[in-house]
Amino acid sequence: MNSLVSKFSSSTATSQLKQAKKHLQQEEEEYGEPAMWGSAGGFGNMAAGIPSFQIPAVADPTSFLRLHTDDAADPSCRIKIQHGTTTLAFRFQGGVIVAVDSRATAGSYIASGTVKKVIEINPYLLGTMAGGAADCQYWETYLGIQCRLHELRNKERISVAAASKYLSNLVYSYKGMGLSMGTMICGWDKTGPRIFYVDSDGTRLKGDLFSVGSGSTFAYGVLDSGYRWDLTDEEAQELGRRSIYAAGHRDAYSGNSCNLYHVKEHGWTYLGNYDISKLHYDGPGDVPGSAGHGYGYSERTAGLSSANDPAPSTENAPAVSVQA
Amino acid sequence: MEVQFGIVGKGYVIMASDTNAGRSIVKMKTDEDKIKALSPHLLMAASGEPGDTVQFSEFIERNLRLHHIRYTHPMRPQSAASWIRRALADSLRSRKPYSVNLLVGGYDASTDSPHLYWLDYLGTLVEVPFAAHGYGAYFCLSLLDRYHNPEANLEEGLETLKRCVREVQKRLIVGLPDWKIKVVDKDGVREINLDL
Repeated sequence: MNSLVSKFSSSTATSQLKQAKKHLQQEEEEYGEPAMWGSAGGFGNMAAGIPSFQIPAVADPTSFLRLHTDDAADPSCRIKIQHGTTTLAFRFQGGVIVAVDSRATAGSYIASGTVKKVIEINPYLLGTMAGGAADCQYWETYLGIQCRLHELRNKERISVAAASKYLSNLVYSYKGMGLSMGTMICGWDKTGPRIFYVDSDGTRLKGDLFSVGSGSTFAYGVLDSGYRWDLTDEEAQELGRRSIYAAGHRDAYSGNSCNLYHVKEHGWTYLGNYDISKLHYDGPGDVPGSAGHGYGYSERTAGLSSANDPAPSTENAPAVSVQA
Repeated sequence: MEVQFGIVGKGYVIMASDTNAGRSIVKMKTDEDKIKALSPHLLMAASGEPGDTVQFSEFIERNLRLHHIRYTHPMRPQSAASWIRRALADSLRSRKPYSVNLLVGGYDASTDSPHLYWLDYLGTLVEVPFAAHGYGAYFCLSLLDRYHNPEANLEEGLETLKRCVREVQKRLIVGLPDWKIKVVDKDGVREINLDL
C-alpha cells in the first residue's frame, strides 16, 4: 500500500518518470534480465535468486511474530495459528494416494470443518497442507504460480523433484522467522510417481510413505501395517481413507471429513469427501474397496465377547458315584 | 520412554512391556521385568517415575496377598483394580504421591471372563478391551481399533501384539528391542517367549 501511494503521489511528469524507472528497475531485479527468460541454461529466472517477501518493519521481526502468535508461551496471544491436522500420502504400484482430513483448529476451537488441505497445483501435482494454514495456503499457491511459469518458460512440465526443491529452498530462506508448514508434494512426472516431504525447517525427503500433522502417529499405525507396494487401486484408496479415519477418531485436532485423491499416469483424480462420523458408523458406502461396515471399534466388534463359555455346572450334572 | 500394552482375547489377557531401565541418557538395564504377578490370576504392568513403580507395585502385591490370607480367596480382578485405584487416589492426595501408570489384567474364574483395566497416576480407572501406556498409545491405539478382535485365540492375539510392537519399533525414535510378555487365563499366569 505504501509503495502504491508513493508511486502515484507526485504530480509532475519528471518525478513520475523517475518513479516509473525506479519501479521498472526493481522489477528487473526481481525477475532478472529479459534475456534470461526462457531456458537460460535451465535456470529460468532463478539466476536472480529467490524472490523475497516483505517482513514487519520492526527491529526484530521474528520475535515480533512470536510475541503475537506463540500459543505455548502466552495462551492469551492474539493470533492463534492453525496447527492440528492429519495428512498422508503413499506411493504404490498404481500411483500415489493422497488423503487428508478437513479440520482447522485455533487452539481448542474448531475454526472450520470444511477446509481443503490438498492444493491442486496442476493436473499432475498435488500439495498437502499441515501446520500454519495461512503459510501453507499462501506458499503452495505461490508454488503453483512458479510451476506454471516454469512450464511456460521451458515448454515442459516441472518435475516433482524440482517443484518440491523450489518450495524447500523458499521456506529455508525464511528459516527461524516463524514459518510453520509440513507438506507433501506429490505427483507424476517423467520419472513416474513421486512424493517429497518438505517442511519449514528446510527438511526435504523423497519417500514412499509419509504422514504429517498431529494425527500422523495414529495414521501411521494403520498405514504401516496395511501397506504393501503391490496394493490394488481399490485397496490403496481404502487404506488411505481408513488411516485418515483412525486419526480423525483418535486425534482431537483432526476430523470432520476425509478428502481422497489418486494420482495416476494421466494426472490426479479426486475421489471424494467422506464424513468421518459416517465412516465410523456406516463405512464409506458403495465405493471400490469398501469394507461394507462401519470402521468404528464397537461397530466392528458388536456382539463379540471375550468371556469363556461358562464351565458346566456341577450342581445339575448327573450324579457320579465316587469311587473309594 | 516406556511402552506397555494390554490386549484382551477369548478367555485371556496379554500384557507386554519393554524391559529398558534408564536414567538420563544412560541405559542401566535391558531385562527389567515391569509386569508383576499380583495373585494367581492377576497381572500388573507399571510404568512412570523410577523408584515409585517398584515401591508401589510391591505395596499392592503385599496388600493383595494379605487379603488372600485373611479371607482365604484372592480378590477378583474388578475388586483388585478398584482397590488399586483407591490406593493411587489416596496417594495422589498425600504429601508425596506415587507417579505410576498401570495396566491391570486378570482372569475372573467366577465369571469365566478376562478383564483389563487402564489406570493412570491421577487415579483414572477404566475397563478396556485393549490398552497402552507411553508413546506406544500414539502409534498403536489406531492399530488396535482396526485389528483387535475380542474373540481372538491366543495365537491371533499374540499376532496383534506383534503388529503393535513392530509398529513401535518401526516408528518410535528410540529403539525398544527387548520385551517381556505375560499372559493370564483360566490356568493362571505365565510368561511367553515371542520372536518379535
